[in-house]
Amino acid sequence: MNENPMMPTPHRVIKIGLETDLESTFRIEVDTPPVMGQFYMVSIPKIGEMPISISGIGQGWIDMTIRNVGKVSQAVHFLNEKSMLFLRGPYGNGFPVDEFKGRHLVIAAGGSGIAPVRPLVEHYYRNPDEVDKLDLLFGFKTPDDILFRQDIECWKGRFDTILTVDDACGIWEGECVGLITEYVKNIKLSEYDKMEIVIVGPPVMIKFTAAEFIKRGVSEERIIVSMERRMSCGLGKCGHCKIGGYYICLDGPVFRYNEAVKLVD
Amino acid sequence: MGWKLTESAFNDLIVKLKADYTILGPKRFARQGRFSDTDLIRYDEIESLDEIVWNEKSTFSPKEMVFPITQTIFYFADEKFLEPKLEENKLLIFLRPCDINGIRRLDTIYLKNGPEPDSYYAHLRERVRFAMMECTEGFDTCFCVSMKSNTTSDYDMAVRLGDDEVLVEVKNDDFTRYFRPDLPRAEFTPGFVPENTIKVAVPDVDEIPAGIFNHDMWNEYKSRCIACGRCNTTCITCSCHTTTDIFYDDNLRAGERRRTWACCHVDGFTDMAGGISFRKDNGSRMRFKVLHKIYDYHKRFGEHMCVGCGRCDDNCPEYISYSGCINRLNQVIQETVS
Repeated sequence: MNENPMMPTPHRVIKIGLETDLESTFRIEVDTPPVMGQFYMVSIPKIGEMPISISGIGQGWIDMTIRNVGKVSQAVHFLNEKSMLFLRGPYGNGFPVDEFKGRHLVIAAGGSGIAPVRPLVEHYYRNPDEVDKLDLLFGFKTPDDILFRQDIECWKGRFDTILTVDDACGIWEGECVGLITEYVKNIKLSEYDKMEIVIVGPPVMIKFTAAEFIKRGVSEERIIVSMERRMSCGLGKCGHCKIGGYYICLDGPVFRYNEAVKLVD
Repeated sequence: MGWKLTESAFNDLIVKLKADYTILGPKRFARQGRFSDTDLIRYDEIESLDEIVWNEKSTFSPKEMVFPITQTIFYFADEKFLEPKLEENKLLIFLRPCDINGIRRLDTIYLKNGPEPDSYYAHLRERVRFAMMECTEGFDTCFCVSMKSNTTSDYDMAVRLGDDEVLVEVKNDDFTRYFRPDLPRAEFTPGFVPENTIKVAVPDVDEIPAGIFNHDMWNEYKSRCIACGRCNTTCITCSCHTTTDIFYDDNLRAGERRRTWACCHVDGFTDMAGGISFRKDNGSRMRFKVLHKIYDYHKRFGEHMCVGCGRCDDNCPEYISYSGCINRLNQVIQETVS
């Protein structure tokens, strides 16, 4: 048989970091670094396969932050450091970082949507001169759901950062409470053609956050979103991630919003 | 090159071909149809000419011959991924022009969509040869002419079933050696369906107007469609699949990864872990399917996905007419545009 694109390769888990009650970050050995915003198909033999975005990229490793909510993601949480995880990929287009150069970038992420943008923020943390300015806007359901706490603390020192929780639960010591959409107005925007807005999160969050930026005069072309769909192959064959004329696995997951807004499920 | 054969000469030919090919065609399974005392016609191995059903459309398409309903893609032994043993037999499939065109759509998805061709599909597909069954009238639910899939030149041989004879055109020289030199030659080129009773007008627009996605026309299908997926499973061009891992009850260390046909009309098709799903109502699923078949696929690959075989209409337990839906959609789009 010809080369089998469905065949995964084994990769060692180097480190597992607990994020919340449900989420952990798995550091996994890989030879070639992926592009920021791409994803892998992650396998546990006899349990299944799932698409997972990349939440960190380093020399010889990637991070994947995985929520324990499904059959395969639950099995992943039984792994130990030194266990093997099976990967195919990386797949997808990734963020258009070249187009962000010299721009005023705003990254808005909701919940686990912060995972795929973490490599971007880390990249600009190390290379702040690549963009004119970077603003961060993160929202989580409750204080207990906050991911990458230490990273966010670190990023705050270099970038204007808004961290909000939908529900303070009586334990939140931060300043902002409420949906992420309520804080879009607090971001100081530059001239519209110098802006790039990255929005990643659940579909409803993307829709209403984009609407807030558009209300403030940002055009759809200046907004970039990363979309999430069920996938069985990651190769444009299984059909699960098709919307309109696009396959999220091949043509996405990153889209300009003027294209994404036309994609009706 | 053409021949004129008697039924027994054709059956001799089948015997000879069977030495090198598994011969598949639409076959009758008595009393296995959807209703009592009705037959099921589906693709299976055939032994003789009289087993091939010519005068009725097959309930299921020949899709499962090139794209198995369920296929093991890996066996797992501990953490090893083992590919299943590859079949090497060649297949000769008796099928109509619409289905040949339909298999080309499957080829497009599995071999050309994305940078990497699917190795499982490619391995099976390259062993397949087509014996086109001449089809000049079609059936009551066909609309192949509207979908421009009534004709094809993509066949290895073509066969016309006459009253007392079988006419055969051979285009692939590999097949000429199966014909005894003394068999009578005859010039034969197959005809095609010139016109169907059902005609559909496919919307001719660059972009689907935004108002169409939430148009009232889809509401009817919300309640009428019961999400059974019969339209998907009988469709020659529905190509979606889901992969599932299993482990064996008596040995948890061994198991398989399988892929199985998946249906965009059936619950669960878009479900993601954590509870998010899309197109929850059946009207949206109808809209998604119809637009894929007659708009989205065309935008990506330059031809329509639907080939107009009409099997979705034949098999819908709720008597939803897909061809009727296309015409209605066209009308709604024209009203919207003007």
